[in-house]
Amino acid sequence: MYPRPFHYERARSLKEAATILSQLGDDAKLLAGGQSLIPLMKLRFANPKYLVDLNFVPGASYIKESKGSLCVGALTRHAEIEHSAVAAKIPIIHDCAAGIADVQVRNRGTIGGSVAEADPSGDWAVVLSTLSTTISCVGKNGKREIPLDQFIADAYTTTLEQDEIVTEVRIKLPAKRSGGAYLAFKRAAPVYPTASAAVQLTMEGDICKDASIALGCVGLVPIRPRDAEAALQGQPLNASTIARAAEAAQLAADPQPDMRGSAEYKRKLVGSLLKDAIEIAARRARGEQVAAGHIYA
Amino acid sequence: MLENATKPKRSLRSKRVAEGQIEKVPITLKVNGTTRSVAVEPRTLLVELIRENLDLTGTHVGCDTTYCGACTVLMNGAAVKSCTVFAVQADGAELLTVEGLEKDGKLHPIQKAFGDCYGLQCGYCTPGFMMSAYQLLSENSQPNEKDIRKAIAGNTCRCTGYQNIFKAIQAAAESAKGI
Repeated sequence: MYPRPFHYERARSLKEAATILSQLGDDAKLLAGGQSLIPLMKLRFANPKYLVDLNFVPGASYIKESKGSLCVGALTRHAEIEHSAVAAKIPIIHDCAAGIADVQVRNRGTIGGSVAEADPSGDWAVVLSTLSTTISCVGKNGKREIPLDQFIADAYTTTLEQDEIVTEVRIKLPAKRSGGAYLAFKRAAPVYPTASAAVQLTMEGDICKDASIALGCVGLVPIRPRDAEAALQGQPLNASTIARAAEAAQLAADPQPDMRGSAEYKRKLVGSLLKDAIEIAARRARGEQVAAGHIYA
Repeated sequence: MLENATKPKRSLRSKRVAEGQIEKVPITLKVNGTTRSVAVEPRTLLVELIRENLDLTGTHVGCDTTYCGACTVLMNGAAVKSCTVFAVQADGAELLTVEGLEKDGKLHPIQKAFGDCYGLQCGYCTPGFMMSAYQLLSENSQPNEKDIRKAIAGNTCRCTGYQNIFKAIQAAAESAKGI
């Protein structure tokens, strides 16, 4: 399948890419990993007149710890995050990076591209919503920092200006005695999840001091089930409090029926994923090593 | 303030393409150890460059939708689905395709193992599986069952089960002892 013909511009820096975007206007799209954009162009759902390739920009791919935060360059591939010892300090980040699609897609796809696409079925935004995440960007009027919850406006829509580009994803390292887990269910490796649940818990003994929950693929944006969080906060974690949280999450979910399943199925699925994710997060908060991530046949 | 914003606008190369003329971008890449220079239309997919321009037809197009992995090649050592990369993005890259596995008329241990273990039936998906196995074994000379499953999760075989493919990769790991 051939995309429509387009003009190709190769940016030498992210600032230059922003300048090119402002020159070309809405006719231009950015090319990062291309794992969503190229399939869309081949199906001719996306027909940009110009592509501005970011893949040759030096220094836009890095993972480092700075001032209590994990800083990830926008062009960092999922596979680099998956194999990073620095990123593994936040286990939920590894859960996400290691299971997005398959090896080949993780070798190309980027974290910056994923958050900027804001696909309702994407993984990163769900996981990052449970952490304190800031998106740095650059545009013709300079730099800007946007908290993640103000960054994603709607399905496939962010609050970026036309000439703005994501430069870095910055994640505050969770507190000590904090544990997180991400569980996503998908029918096969290369496809998007049917539903996913991310949770970050801060524990004080057996009591849950703080809980942050996000659900994926069950709404136009990552769903934050505040009632589910409230069901855990200040409570001991046991079968009944976890069940209450899962129930509240199911009510907050707003899934659409599609080829991946009925709305009712997705609602049940997201509740059960959340239950398991809470249990894993609690064990991790106690210092246990537990596996989590994408579940597929 | 952005420095570039105050500078005169950059002259865009694509703006210099005359109306009605097909834009071509010159690229140079190393394919199976040989340097190749070609001019490609920006919309040319890497798999088309490999098959149509470079005449290396061992890399197959299966689903053409980033699912099946039949088009998997190694780009700078990393397995990629070449139907989902533009050829212009491979400028300066080192590519390894299935044709590059054989050395001096001798099959690569991965190729030999796929034959020995009957790790194929129609063979259409096989080049992709072998390239995914290549990335796995180049990073991990002793993969366990989970490692192998994860490494080939992006490759689809529609003829048969995955058992013999799995056995072939295990056997290749034993005979290759690192790539």
